[in-house]
Amino acid sequence: MKKHIVFKKPEAMTDAVTHYCAGCGHGIIHRLLSEVIDELGVREKTIGVAPVGCAVIAYDYWNFDVTEAAHGRTPAVATGIKRALPTRVVFTYQGDGDLAAIGTAEIIHAANRGENITVIFVNNGVYGMTGGQMAPTTTVGQATATTRKGRAVKRDGFPLKISEMIALLPGARFLERTSVHSPKEILKTKRAFKKAFEIQIKGEGFSMVEVLSMCPTYWGLSSVDSCKRIEQEVTKAYPLKVLKG
Amino acid sequence: MTAKPRKTPQRRKKERKNAKRILITGNEACGEGAIQAGCKFYAGYPITPQNELTAYMSKRMDEVGGVFIQAESELAAISMVFGASVTGARAITSSSSPGISLKQEGISYLAGCELPAVIVNIMRGGPGLGNIGPSQADYFQATKGGGHGDYHTVVLAPASCQEMFDFTRCAFDIADRYRTPVMMLGDGILGQMMEPITITHGRRTTDDGRRTKKWALTGCKGRKPNKIRSLLLKEGELEEFNRKLEKKYDLIRKKEVRFEKYRTEDAGVILVAYGTSSRIARACVNTLREKKIKAGLFRPKTLWPFPYEALKSLDKGKTRFLVIEMSAGQMLEDAMLAVEDKKRVHFHGRTGGGVPTEEEIAEKVLSFKA
Repeated sequence: MKKHIVFKKPEAMTDAVTHYCAGCGHGIIHRLLSEVIDELGVREKTIGVAPVGCAVIAYDYWNFDVTEAAHGRTPAVATGIKRALPTRVVFTYQGDGDLAAIGTAEIIHAANRGENITVIFVNNGVYGMTGGQMAPTTTVGQATATTRKGRAVKRDGFPLKISEMIALLPGARFLERTSVHSPKEILKTKRAFKKAFEIQIKGEGFSMVEVLSMCPTYWGLSSVDSCKRIEQEVTKAYPLKVLKG
Repeated sequence: MTAKPRKTPQRRKKERKNAKRILITGNEACGEGAIQAGCKFYAGYPITPQNELTAYMSKRMDEVGGVFIQAESELAAISMVFGASVTGARAITSSSSPGISLKQEGISYLAGCELPAVIVNIMRGGPGLGNIGPSQADYFQATKGGGHGDYHTVVLAPASCQEMFDFTRCAFDIADRYRTPVMMLGDGILGQMMEPITITHGRRTTDDGRRTKKWALTGCKGRKPNKIRSLLLKEGELEEFNRKLEKKYDLIRKKEVRFEKYRTEDAGVILVAYGTSSRIARACVNTLREKKIKAGLFRPKTLWPFPYEALKSLDKGKTRFLVIEMSAGQMLEDAMLAVEDKKRVHFHGRTGGGVPTEEEIAEKVLSFKA
């Protein structure tokens, strides 16, 4: 009898067991990315650039060519790869520290040059790998390891709306902010990924998807409550919408 | 890992036949050396005194269909080179002292990921913003690390515009041969002076050398995916990798030492200098010889691996060594390591953009005789 596959591990993922915490968004986002790569049939010409952050060993989870990058320099590494091999599909996968703190210059200039790459920006408002310190995208009042009493504007500044800033650049072709806190938003994220990669494949320029993600461990919330926090709190500072294109 | 053979006589003959002679700055000669090595990727940021190199690459890369990126910073540029190198492409970046400080992180990553690349440092006065005068005060940074971790960068020290061309070309071969970053250590004088050079056309510029780089990231079609990373978290894994790097560096120490001996056979005083300092020292040797003083010059062409044994072999027991640098004394320490008898190793240096003169050096040598 012929088997009808209704669900399987994407070809673009390895069999490795991931190290992510329960309730973390990375697992979902890795999967969505991999499904899109499979569906577009580009696994064999994809080159990914992994960040420094919780997803630093993402190259163990993806079944295609991947390189590491120095913290924040990810878009610069991707620029080098794409300019050297323009026919490959090149993406970066970055957290809020990698992209919006130490890598602020690199992301802005890669977008400004209109580099034909795709950026997956995972925004969970905290530095997971190093123990839950404040991120540029930590919301006002959010408690972290370096903002025990909650982020205070006077000392710590405002949550950085980096995607809104990048959307101002003529070199940026497509920018969308999505989330993975509910099945509906997960599907939207996948559609955004697909659109972003299609734009790269068509050679139309710089594409980026910011994905609001959960960090139950350092938000001090249950997995379910973390999803609620995104819906009720985080989206107020970071509204879900197409920012450009 | 074995070293590939040097050029065959037939190849040398062919190159000489197609050679061209032009007047060019050291900076541009360096850039042309990269072009003739088949390098099609340059990323850099303007900084004096190497701006001629950046500008030259923007022109030449256009002409050969290569990539030129004026990056947002030296930090970004070295990571762009990292990215290009990851795909197997020959890639180069250039800067001057403060910008090279910025690149140290990237160089450590290149070494840790075993990626070939060429980094050009046209040294200027420091520390800090310093000045735009020539300097050799980045020797420690270049040869003793610079970036974090147990690694070495192969360091080449040209002393003429011709060597700016030749050594840069050669740097890519060394980088590819050992999968390691290679640094060209010049200075402001070398970069901006003009001399006639012979351009030999080497590797065809369409040859990207990628075919032999099985480790490169080119898209996993027809093979298992490749991974480029320096993060090794499993127990013992990083130590094992460091031992592997050590073996590589031992091989480079054995095979890639380069130096020049000038009138050293009967010399009682050996001047030890590289780069621009060696040109002044060479002139001084000739002047001293005219005065019947038996002086010679030992000129390292590789600063790492440093030619310890070759230098030591010049020691006849009472030989004096005078190290000349545009620094407060950095190569001096390696010379002392080589000779071992510190009392007979002397130093004359100028720093902060100052340049040693023949007269100063001669005066120092004459003081030995007293």
